[in-house]
Amino acid sequence: MALEAKNISFRYGRRQPWILEGRSITIDRGQRLAVFAPSGFGKTTLAMLLAGYLEPVRGEVLLDGKQLPRKGICPVQLIFQHPEKAVNPRWKLKKVLEESGSLREEVLDAFGMEQAWLERFPRELSGGELQRFCVARALMSGADYLICDEISTMLDGITQAQIWKVIFKEAEKRNMGILTVTHNRYLAERTATGIIDLTI
Amino acid sequence: MEQKKETLLEIHNLSVSFRMYDQGFEQKDLQVISDLYLTVYPGEIVAIAGSSGSGKSLLASAVLGILPDNATVGGHLHYKGQELTPKLQKKLRGTEIAFVPQSVAFLDPLMKVGPQTEGYRRPKQAEKRRALFKRLGLPEQTKRLYPFELSGGMARRVLVSTALMTDAELILADEPTPGMSLEQAVEALRMFREMADEGKAVILITHDIDLAVNFADRVAVFYAGTTVETAPSSDFKKGPDALRHPYSRALWRALPQNGFEPLPGFQPYAGSLPEGCLFAPRCPHRTKQCEKQVPPVSEIRSGEVRCYHGA
Repeated sequence: MALEAKNISFRYGRRQPWILEGRSITIDRGQRLAVFAPSGFGKTTLAMLLAGYLEPVRGEVLLDGKQLPRKGICPVQLIFQHPEKAVNPRWKLKKVLEESGSLREEVLDAFGMEQAWLERFPRELSGGELQRFCVARALMSGADYLICDEISTMLDGITQAQIWKVIFKEAEKRNMGILTVTHNRYLAERTATGIIDLTI
Repeated sequence: MEQKKETLLEIHNLSVSFRMYDQGFEQKDLQVISDLYLTVYPGEIVAIAGSSGSGKSLLASAVLGILPDNATVGGHLHYKGQELTPKLQKKLRGTEIAFVPQSVAFLDPLMKVGPQTEGYRRPKQAEKRRALFKRLGLPEQTKRLYPFELSGGMARRVLVSTALMTDAELILADEPTPGMSLEQAVEALRMFREMADEGKAVILITHDIDLAVNFADRVAVFYAGTTVETAPSSDFKKGPDALRHPYSRALWRALPQNGFEPLPGFQPYAGSLPEGCLFAPRCPHRTKQCEKQVPPVSEIRSGEVRCYHGA
């Protein structure tokens, strides 16, 4: 039971440089890993490959030995770095949340989301408020793996700690595997048990 | 009046509200910023920390005059002693006041990064742009890329370069460092520090308090649309005992390196603010007085705090 990247290589075009070359990564269920590398080293690309947003040029990404499903909600959910670019700007937030399943009151409460926010458009909320919707949307989908690409850099310290607490609680309950991308060493230590360094 | 001449930017009693549809054709005003104050002197970096949705970015938009049409701004905004009117804002922004937006979506998606950073300045500023890219660790080929081809950290550095291309007196940097590695973030902040040392000023909106206090002179803490504390940044290095407001202390304790312990509860929503102190519902020290009346701003140990129990 694991999410595996086997010898994956990726570049954004035939004439572009390789961003990832022959990289292998395994995340077991219940495991929490952090990815570390300077900006531009392919952290987000790796996150998108693992969640099936991109296909590797060589190698393969396997979930429990099989390809990621192409239909339905993906069991590997990616939470993006920029929430304002990850929600449909013309949908009210209620619709955004309901895309991943029926709305549960306790999720709203756990994230401190106001009922009134549901009737608003994404541009009417702050970045941090919007990111909570993106995290809630990923958690509500019933995913087995969560890829968190710098999800809390735009949150204040208290909200950051709150959101991670909710994620950990859900992750423990459902035995989820988590891959965190972050530049903050302290946050990596708090959120993960192992570290993957892309520079080596 | 004497003091007004010295300050670069002075904000008093600022309020921002949005006109929204309530039911049917009925409209209501939703006040999201109230009683906000901030003073910036030439030669300093003022960091603004605070909860998400506490109006940090709106403050930047209010100073620049780029709020949406349904927003109403009240209170006093003075730049170099002059009232910031829409006309003056239009004249200043992009020249005297530069902006580093929070969202990387502010980049023009159809324009390559190089020309976008250089702008339409005459004579051409390629040399200056090249130097900035080099210092921020952006390879020279980056100029030929479109914004969608950039990684998150690269896009941030491009945004920082666009602001540093100007000869602005005041830079409003709204979370300029997320996505950057530590070394890059330090370099960007060092560049801001150099500007401040030349007599200019920087407002640095950030959640990375830990990093910011090494470069900033003062830190202002916002909560629910108001300023709760301003303190010399050295106080944030000393730890919670040196801080004045219970929210600032809770914020310090929640950082991953200081315990990662969140304060229970949430920031009140703009439509349903408590009557007295905005922080009272989550405050461990609240009393009857806090729930009735908004505390005034008082000066304590060369800082200011909006709390009855501030110490």
